[in-house]
Amino acid sequence: MADIDIAHLSRLAQLALDDGERARVLQDLERIIVMVDQMQSIDTGGVAPLAHPLDAGATLRPDQVTEEIDRELYQAGAPATERGFYLVPRVVD
Amino acid sequence: MDPFAEITRLRRGLDDGEFSSRELAEFYLSRSRQLNPQINGYINLSEDRALAQAAAADARIAAGEAGPVTGIPLAHKDIFCTRGIPTTCASRMLASFVPPYDATVVERLEGAGAVTLGKANLDEFAMGSSNENSYFGAVSNPWDTSRVPGGSSGGSAATVAAGMAPIATGTDTGGSIRQPAAFCGVCGLKPTYGRVSRYGMVAFASSLDQGGVLGRSAADIAMLLAQFAGPDPKDATSHPESDPWLNALREMPDPEQALTPSDGLRVGLPKEYFAHLAEAGHLDEASKLFESWGCTLTEVSLPHTDAAIPAYYVIAGAEASTNLSRYDGVRYGHRCSDPVSLEDLYQRSRTEGFGAEVKRRILTGTYALSVGYFDAYYLQAQKIRRLIQNDFLTAFESVDMILAPTAPGVAFAKDDLTADPVAMYQQDLFTIPASLAGLPAMSVPCGVQDNLPLGMQLIAPHFAERTLLAWSHRFQQATDWHTRHPTLSEAAT
Repeated sequence: MADIDIAHLSRLAQLALDDGERARVLQDLERIIVMVDQMQSIDTGGVAPLAHPLDAGATLRPDQVTEEIDRELYQAGAPATERGFYLVPRVVD
Repeated sequence: MDPFAEITRLRRGLDDGEFSSRELAEFYLSRSRQLNPQINGYINLSEDRALAQAAAADARIAAGEAGPVTGIPLAHKDIFCTRGIPTTCASRMLASFVPPYDATVVERLEGAGAVTLGKANLDEFAMGSSNENSYFGAVSNPWDTSRVPGGSSGGSAATVAAGMAPIATGTDTGGSIRQPAAFCGVCGLKPTYGRVSRYGMVAFASSLDQGGVLGRSAADIAMLLAQFAGPDPKDATSHPESDPWLNALREMPDPEQALTPSDGLRVGLPKEYFAHLAEAGHLDEASKLFESWGCTLTEVSLPHTDAAIPAYYVIAGAEASTNLSRYDGVRYGHRCSDPVSLEDLYQRSRTEGFGAEVKRRILTGTYALSVGYFDAYYLQAQKIRRLIQNDFLTAFESVDMILAPTAPGVAFAKDDLTADPVAMYQQDLFTIPASLAGLPAMSVPCGVQDNLPLGMQLIAPHFAERTLLAWSHRFQQATDWHTRHPTLSEAAT
């Protein structure tokens, strides 16, 4: 059976699961990891990993300014802003 | 007005003055308002935008400046950003998100004069095969509303099948265009990875996500695809070469002349797919037709097929866990009330904002990427991805196109598979391999079982969409599966 530390994983993923949800998710994850573990029987010795389906790198464009940043427009949907800054809870006391 | 008319037919009607774009938009909006309570295919109807665009399209038509899709109404999957119109991705996280810009797909279609009727429902963040994972409620299959429409582009498929839109955009990461197209009896094309810009398409798994079309016919899909496919400087993964065939198609009011198939097509039937299929009668019938047109049929082998689902759920989960880390309650999207610390803000915003399936995928990806597991999971999955692509490349040395099932069966009943995520994932068995390989693939209606539609899947080499569309068109000239539609009662709503 897969060794899943659900408390550690949910902290890495920044999810706060309550006890009931944690138990359900753990049960699902165990099934998923068992399914995924079928991969381990495939011999991939000498096979190069494929990260991009066309084996292409990213296309670069000239390093030129092509648009103006409209901060007011982009921040219009933000939960909390003040004088152009995003507001978050105090980090340092 | 026929709600099931193809857009090639609507084009003629608009050009001949049989109806105006405004009348067309009003017709679909009215029908959609009546049917949406039973189908739930739309999250939002954008009536004001549609009517303003239709008026502008009518002026273009009157001035003799209409292009192939000017005045044609359509639905956008609610994963494409639309400036000024909510783009929710069917998530509580983005329930009140109004994008400050348009996706390239939206911008190009609207620039060509298409009319946006509204935003189609989907599985939350495109994660699902049944469209039961939407914050805005499940979508119903118009052929039988107790059944699922497939997913994740279930709203796009259902709105087209129900005649609530003549055509719709969708996205496909592991089958999200093809499987709902099959379940709803419409056509669905997932283009080659890189063919369509992902700019403004909410990201799920960036090395797999690809925009495409769900419509009534191959001709309709060709007509729409040509308007938005092609290089985009705003997406570094869009393929930099433009396609002369698509460029020519972009100007044609009738795509027919661009859809003549070449002679001597060699069709491959993948034995591993058919081995998993209980009932293949509909595919036998289709194969016989291809044979009657002089195509040669041969069995091909794709030996790593069974490893595709495990590899996919690792790769897609890993990419999703990374992509969705941007939802932090700070810059946009859902924010919890009264956070006491930064960590509390992140955790409660994300926990409240994401649904169960999204959390499962994020955690699967987090597991696969965590220290000590990376090589065994993520790297192994990427190597298997290479093997799966090699399987296809080898097959395409002896055949030009693969004919396969789209899904294991007809649309299943709602709630049938929701308790077991792994059983749900098996639904994607036939669609995931082409996604991992980045290949273009299309689902075409080819039969009916228990009054529910069945689809066949055609898969072609990279950038050979022309082969798929031309042969699907040929198939649709000889059959009428794609013209069948469900009987819906507007009075029942």
